[in-house]
Amino acid sequence: MKLYDIAHSRTGDKGDTSTVSVIVYDPADFPRLDAWLTADRVAAHFAGIIDGPVDRYRLPALGALNFVLHHALGGGVTRSLRLDQHGKSLSSWLLDLDLPESG
Amino acid sequence: MKRVRLGAGAGYAGDRIEPAVEIAAHGDVQYLMFECLAERTIALAQQARRHDPAQGYDPLLDARMRAVLPVARANGVRILSNMGAANPVAAAEAVVRIARDLGLRGLKVVAVEGDDVLHLLDPSRTRLEETGVSLQDLGTRVISANAYLGAEPMIEALAAGADVVITGRVADPSLFVAPLVHEFGWAPDDWTHLGRATAVGHLLECAGQITGGYFADPGRRDVPGLERLGFPIAEVAGDGTALITKVAGSGGRIDPATCTEQLLYEVFDPARYVTPDVVADFSGVTFTQDGPDRVLVAGAAGWPRPAALKVSVGYADGHFGEGQISYAGPGAVARGRLALDIVAGRLRLTGLEADELRFDLIGVDALHGAAAAGGRADPAEVRARVIGRTATAAAAKRIGDEVETLYTNGPAGGGGVMKSCREIIGVGSTYLPRSCVRATLRHFEA
Repeated sequence: MKLYDIAHSRTGDKGDTSTVSVIVYDPADFPRLDAWLTADRVAAHFAGIIDGPVDRYRLPALGALNFVLHHALGGGVTRSLRLDQHGKSLSSWLLDLDLPESG
Repeated sequence: MKRVRLGAGAGYAGDRIEPAVEIAAHGDVQYLMFECLAERTIALAQQARRHDPAQGYDPLLDARMRAVLPVARANGVRILSNMGAANPVAAAEAVVRIARDLGLRGLKVVAVEGDDVLHLLDPSRTRLEETGVSLQDLGTRVISANAYLGAEPMIEALAAGADVVITGRVADPSLFVAPLVHEFGWAPDDWTHLGRATAVGHLLECAGQITGGYFADPGRRDVPGLERLGFPIAEVAGDGTALITKVAGSGGRIDPATCTEQLLYEVFDPARYVTPDVVADFSGVTFTQDGPDRVLVAGAAGWPRPAALKVSVGYADGHFGEGQISYAGPGAVARGRLALDIVAGRLRLTGLEADELRFDLIGVDALHGAAAAGGRADPAEVRARVIGRTATAAAAKRIGDEVETLYTNGPAGGGGVMKSCREIIGVGSTYLPRSCVRATLRHFEA
């Protein structure tokens, strides 16, 4: 099972920082997401892509977590050499995470 | 109870034009906002203005206004836009010319100036937040410095009867906050209502990104009619709660899922979304489905606005040089890697001076590196890409040239070379005390 199976996601960008939301389809899945998708887990998944720390914000009423990935865009949209200068594809890449079946 | 209906006419400079015309014609809105200014866009516009003092505003302003003004005028829809970019006055004059062409006599157009603050910055004491470099060190490379203005000058323009308000750099949500404050008369320190208005503005500022654009994933998140996606309309009540909807029959979808994605888009701490008007708090926002493509928004709050205004500084930052070539069939990945190795070797041998170089195999590892490539089947085709950042245009051009020579000097079966070279506009941030920055209005009439 992938994170993709229970959640959707969108990325945004500000300078060299990427924001990645993760939103569950079914509110019943939020506690499980909240417990499992830590900032450390997100940082580990993006190892080699981001150079800075990851902040995590909770929005239980919306079934959402918001992650802020610092130094994630190769120096920022206007000077990044990356094909995806805005980091738009990071959201889909995060949803590729393998999710434990229970817990 | 009084309700104000706002529409979003564009979510970025290159956005589609028809959805705005549809809202002006059938959206029953009083205001239509066009958000068309990105960080990089304003520096490019400043460069255009340097070359020609009559330019420096949005290249699509003409087409948008010709399409929208007649129907907006007929239905009493007032327009606010940051399409003025680096030259709001020239943009306002263009709107007046277009209105006269279209026979729209008496149209009142107001330009908001004052966001251009380059002359207010002390080069020796101003450092960019991101890199710590001072404007003095950047010297003649500095192109522009624009402060993010808030809603206040636009509110003043609306009070003066403007049919069209054209600004340069303003905070995106402020375009939407202005008509709501004008209509409901909220005080400048009514942080709760300003926070709610900012939530509405943030939800609408990217236009189609809340009506199902940037959301579809076939089979998982289907969105009907994306080829004629409708843009959002907010019906806002006096307490700042809002209904998000779109023109009946237009494409797209609006539900709590699309709204939640847009609420968090480009937001750091949802409890502290900083704009020139207010520090908005989205942490208590709720979305409730109220029928097909109708979502109620409530629960935003706000805190006192910041004392300083953010300033976006644009500067010349060298050049990109890029080349790409494709390989297909058995062994495509290996040939693509060989192509990248050859170009890397050539750039070493010939002593290219680059600040940074990058080698990608598109289809394998271009987006997310080696981690993404692991254990997946070989693709049927790949595209090798080499890109670098250099100090000079001549050096940048050599990167694409070396990729091109792979045609007759590289691996078997390479095809479809494209190469490019372009100037880089760096963008950095600094801050100015609010009291230093004075917005002024210029009034025109068609």
